[in-house]
Amino acid sequence: MMKNGYGPVWVIVEQRDCRIRTVSLQLMGRAQKLAAGLNTTAEAVLFGNLMEHHVRPLFAAGADRVFLGSNPQLAFYEPEIYVRAIVRLAQEHEPEIILLGSTAMGRELAPLVAARLQTGLTAHCIDLVLDENNILEQHIPAYGGLLSIICPQKRPQMATIAKGVFPMPEPDPNRSGEIIPVTVPEDVSPRLQTLEVVHEVPDEIPLESAAIVVAGGAGAGDPDGWRQIADLADALNAALGCTRPVVDEGWAPLESMIGQSGRMVSPELYIGVGLSGEQQHMVGITGAKVMVAINNDAKSPVFDQVDYGVVDDCRAFVPVLIKKIKAYQKNQVTC
Amino acid sequence: MNIVVCVKAVPDPQQACNIRIDPVTKTLMRCQVPLVLNALDKNAMRAALDLKEQFDVHITALSMGPPDAEGIVRECLALGADQGILLSDRAFAGADAYATAYTLATAIAKIGPVDVVFCGMASSDGSTEWVGPEIATFLDLPVVTMVEEIVECRGPQWKVKASLAHGYRLMQVQLPAVFTVTRKLNTPRALVFSGIINARKKSIVRWGIDDLGVPAEAVGLKGSPTIVSKLTTTQSKREVEILTGTREEKATQLLKKLVDSGVV
Repeated sequence: MMKNGYGPVWVIVEQRDCRIRTVSLQLMGRAQKLAAGLNTTAEAVLFGNLMEHHVRPLFAAGADRVFLGSNPQLAFYEPEIYVRAIVRLAQEHEPEIILLGSTAMGRELAPLVAARLQTGLTAHCIDLVLDENNILEQHIPAYGGLLSIICPQKRPQMATIAKGVFPMPEPDPNRSGEIIPVTVPEDVSPRLQTLEVVHEVPDEIPLESAAIVVAGGAGAGDPDGWRQIADLADALNAALGCTRPVVDEGWAPLESMIGQSGRMVSPELYIGVGLSGEQQHMVGITGAKVMVAINNDAKSPVFDQVDYGVVDDCRAFVPVLIKKIKAYQKNQVTC
Repeated sequence: MNIVVCVKAVPDPQQACNIRIDPVTKTLMRCQVPLVLNALDKNAMRAALDLKEQFDVHITALSMGPPDAEGIVRECLALGADQGILLSDRAFAGADAYATAYTLATAIAKIGPVDVVFCGMASSDGSTEWVGPEIATFLDLPVVTMVEEIVECRGPQWKVKASLAHGYRLMQVQLPAVFTVTRKLNTPRALVFSGIINARKKSIVRWGIDDLGVPAEAVGLKGSPTIVSKLTTTQSKREVEILTGTREEKATQLLKKLVDSGVV
C-alpha cells in the first residue's frame, strides 16, 4: 500500500480450461478506471494450472499486475484453498477494493473472503462509482429506485457484479505488466474437496447473445400460461427469459432469470409479457433497441419503460399474436 | 444428529409491489405487507425433515427478526421442527448480511454441538446470498452453497451436488458443515392440520442481546460494515405508445412494430 495513498483495486479472476472468463475481463476494465480515479494500480488475482501463457488478456484489459497461483491443485475452484490464499494475499497487500463476478464461484468465494477480512460485501451491483470522498458507491436496484451502498470504515470494499453489467474493455495489446507468482501449497482441505465439475452445454438460445428476448413474469398465471410465452419465444426464434416469481413458481429454471442477480441481456428487441417492470428485472436489459410490454394493468410501471405497450391479458393475447406471427412467416417464405 | 435451519421472515413477495423505500430513513416501508417464510427456507426445512425421516434428528428453526417474525418460526414448528428460536432485540435491527451472520452464528454456538446448518440460498427481500457462507466463516465450518442434491448423507462424510449456471460441482464435505440450498433440491412440504396442532405444544425461545452475550457494537446497524448511503429514483428514457383497438387489431399492430424492428 502506498503511503497516504490507496491500496490497489483487485479483481478475483475466474478461468475455465485456462481461458479467462468474460466477466473477469469486464471487471478488469472497470477496476482500471477505479484505480485511475484513486491514483493506484489495478491488479488481478488468478489461480489455475499452467496459466502462465494465458494472462495476457488481463493486461490488455487494464491490469498492472497479476498475482498468479499456478499448480495442478488449482485447476478447478477449490473453496478452502482459494479462500485461504486470497485472504493471505489481501492481508499482505491491503487492497482498497476487491471485485468478483456474480458467478457460482464468485457468489461463494466473496462472502467467505469478506467475512474473514471482517469487511462488507455488496451483492450483484449494477454500477460502481467513486464518491467525492473516493469511497466506492455500489449501486443496486431496489423497490422502484436505486440504492447506493457504501462500506465507509472497513477495507477492502467488496462487491460482486454480473457478466454484462460493464462493457468489455477495448483490449490494448501493447499494454503489459508484471506477473507476481504466488505460492499456494499443493495440499487438499481435509474437510471439503471438489470431486468432479460437470459443465453441461445448454441447448436453448443463450440469452446474452440473442437478438430477440421474450421475458415472462408472474402474469403467465400457471404452467399453461408459461408454455404460451415459451411458444411465443419459439415462434420468434427468441431466447426465453423470466423474472424471479417465475423461478419461484418453478415454471422456468434459475438460469433463465434476467436481472440484477441473474442474466444481463442487450437484444435488438425485448418483449416483456405479464411482468410489472420491477427494477431488479429491468436493470438486466441494457441497450435494447426496441422494447415491448404486454400487461393487463394499464397502470403497471412496465409501461413507463418500453416503446410499445399492449394492455391486455397476456393469456388471451399471446396465442393471437403467435397466430399472426406464424401467418406472417408463412407468407414471407412463399413470397 | 443436530440440525439448525436458519429461516427469515420476508415481506410477502406477492405483495412486494407495495413495498417502497422511505426516502427519508432509506429503509423499506414494510407496513401493510405481511411477513412470510422466505421461499427458499422452505426447501431448507424440507431438507432437514427428510433427514429426520431416516435418522435420529433434532431440528432447531432459528430466525432473527422483529417480534412478529415469531409467526414464521411457529410455521417451521408446524412443518416438523422440534424447537424454535427467535433472536429479537432492538439492538439487532438494521443488520446487514455480515452482522446478521455474526448474530446467527453466535446463537448456533450457544445452541451447542451442531452437525448441519441449512440455509436457503438467498432471501427474496435482500437478495444477497452471504448469510450462509458468513455463518460458516464465523463458526469455522466448511460450506457448500447452492446445493441441488444430497447424494450421500450416511455418516459424517457427505457428498452433495452444487449448482453451476449449466452443470454442477460434486463436493465431498466433512460434518459439521453449512449448506445453502436451491429450489432444485426438493419440493417444500405443505402445512398439515395435525402439524399446526402439534406446533402449539412446542415452545419458541426468544433470545436478546444479553442472552447471546455479544457487545452492542457487533450486532445490528452498529455491527454492519455496509450502509445505505443514498437513494435515487430512476427515470425512464422511453416514451410508450399504447396500441389500441380489439385484440386482433392490437396483435396486427404489434406484429407490424416487431417487423419494423428489423429482427423479426
